[in-house]
Amino acid sequence: MMDGQTLTLRVADAVLVAPGLRRLHLVAADGTRLPPAAPGAHITLTLPSGHNSYTLVSADPEAGYEVIVRLTPQSRGGSRHVHDTLAPGDVLPATVPHNLFALHSQAKKHLLIGGGIGVTPMLAFVAHLRLAHAPFELHHMAVSAEIGVFETLLDARPGERVHVHAGPPGVDLGALLAVQPLGTHVYTCGPSGLMNAVESAAAALGWPDSHVHREDFGASGGEPFMLRLAKSGIDIAVAADQTMLAAIEAAGVDTPSLCRGGACGVCLAPVLEGTPEHRDHYLTPAERASSRMVMPCVSRSQSATLVLDI
Amino acid sequence: MATRFKPDETFRDDYRYGNSDDAILRFPFPFTEDGYMYGVNIEPHSRPGSTGPFAVAFDVDEHYVAECAERATTLALEPGRCLVLPHMDQAQWDTLELIMESLAGDYPEDFTLERNGLDWTWTNRPLGLHQKFRFGDPTTLPHPPFEYIVRQAQGDFTLQDQRDGTLYIDGGITTTPADWSLAFDVGMTFHEWHGPVPLAHQAGVFDRALQYLMRVRYGHPARRLNWTLTINPRLDTSPENFPLWGPDRASLTPENIGAKLFLRVELQSFFRLPRSNALLFGIRTYLANLDDLTRVPKWGRRLHRVMRDLHPEVIGYKGITRYHETLIAHLAQFDDGVATSVGIGPDVANVPPAVV
Repeated sequence: MMDGQTLTLRVADAVLVAPGLRRLHLVAADGTRLPPAAPGAHITLTLPSGHNSYTLVSADPEAGYEVIVRLTPQSRGGSRHVHDTLAPGDVLPATVPHNLFALHSQAKKHLLIGGGIGVTPMLAFVAHLRLAHAPFELHHMAVSAEIGVFETLLDARPGERVHVHAGPPGVDLGALLAVQPLGTHVYTCGPSGLMNAVESAAAALGWPDSHVHREDFGASGGEPFMLRLAKSGIDIAVAADQTMLAAIEAAGVDTPSLCRGGACGVCLAPVLEGTPEHRDHYLTPAERASSRMVMPCVSRSQSATLVLDI
Repeated sequence: MATRFKPDETFRDDYRYGNSDDAILRFPFPFTEDGYMYGVNIEPHSRPGSTGPFAVAFDVDEHYVAECAERATTLALEPGRCLVLPHMDQAQWDTLELIMESLAGDYPEDFTLERNGLDWTWTNRPLGLHQKFRFGDPTTLPHPPFEYIVRQAQGDFTLQDQRDGTLYIDGGITTTPADWSLAFDVGMTFHEWHGPVPLAHQAGVFDRALQYLMRVRYGHPARRLNWTLTINPRLDTSPENFPLWGPDRASLTPENIGAKLFLRVELQSFFRLPRSNALLFGIRTYLANLDDLTRVPKWGRRLHRVMRDLHPEVIGYKGITRYHETLIAHLAQFDDGVATSVGIGPDVANVPPAVV
């Protein structure tokens, strides 16, 4: 359990569910159980082109995980690889599931608003809410040619309020939100334009922020940058998916740390040059603005080079 | 590691309790330096090189069988010590799976978990339990799933639901509370249930700790140590039963304080639960009296310095005021002024015999 931080997955099946949409069925490469996951959780796959996060459409410890990957023209190579190269039997490293898009336990009703490939968490939500007999309503926006595809995937049961709209513009969000009962939570996943529109419509109607949820994979990495340790006299390249603290440790420099999550302040380091990108919860706004200190466990650099006095 | 259990120990009435030399050496001494103040002392619960109680998800030690019996006794007297709100059903099963998986993985000689689809078989050899059940179906277990498994674990546990940018304490079991009540706190937010703690709010400790805890990820548990002092090896120091243990503070004398006053350490752990997205909070309590701890020279020196220099508000909050002078006078004999090393380790391979 305590070492269960990465998974080695095997592609059990890979099928094209529609043009440009490929569903992967992933199981543990060694045939063991996979960690369970809540609806809304995602995993990050390591592909030859880098790391790509995908929402789990379903997650069962024995049956495995399902993801659906859209082939994107501007792909960095991840979706291209999934569509053109990946085949049953291939093995992929992955993170354990992580959930930043959880259903709210106290919602009186769940209003789901998706767009395009943003259908993936919606499929997980719908499966869960059906089992829980929880009230929900789903509106999905799709280009006209794909309406049938999403209707098939969502597979509405009689009496369910599941609608696929041609869009944009799709459904009138203001009108939809205005008629929701008190205590409704709205969840949105899709193009950023759609998610921003949902947030704006909710704000305009006075919905509390706590009732509005959008998909989030988190910001664990970022742009690579150069780190210079002035006292140690060494230069280190911090990779996109590596923390500054991990890079310092990998270079053999012994630096104190404790929580490794931006809260305790133990790893605090003085900045001599450059502008940090602060992601901690420790420094005050004034300390952040001064750019004189940084917490290398979570923070990164806005400038191409950051010089620390360690 | 084959653990030898001491099933005859008691934590009330006649207080038959003691620590072996091994238990003293592996005691999670909470003071990393010769002073104490609140801070965000949280760290990953999986750091390479961890030993003793820090090396496993849920530590099982020589007191395991007796502590499970004590829990059963307390629950028989007060069933309300285990409370789980209805929306935490999935978190109950998550907890059962996590504890069963961890115990079976860390102590294969004592615990076995066999899973075939949803048909599970659990074997707990120290307690002589063999249970077939269907995962997800509470009617196949003798207790609700959370209560079933925490009756077989040491320490208290609470379940936090994460919503609205904070954590809500929406369930738990507290038969070994350090003077706090789950029945009173249940349903509160993180800042509400920590309201009584002095000094730390002003220092921003709870704001930072909450941000950290809400980001604890599945498979990446965290931990911290907390401490107080307890008279007698009593696990149930609950507000509900204050009349039973509160007056014990008046019973300490210079002659009995070494044997009767216990450092009470909580190894607190934080686990993200996968199906519910809830946070499981483990509060594992370790007890050792001053006589045991001061056999380790470094710990004797440090205990004196820490207790002598405690902030007055911390002395009051932890209930030490009445006997603080007696405590300092007793500990002074173990402090020869020699410098101590950084960190909590005992710095000795064997516990020296008591010098007094």
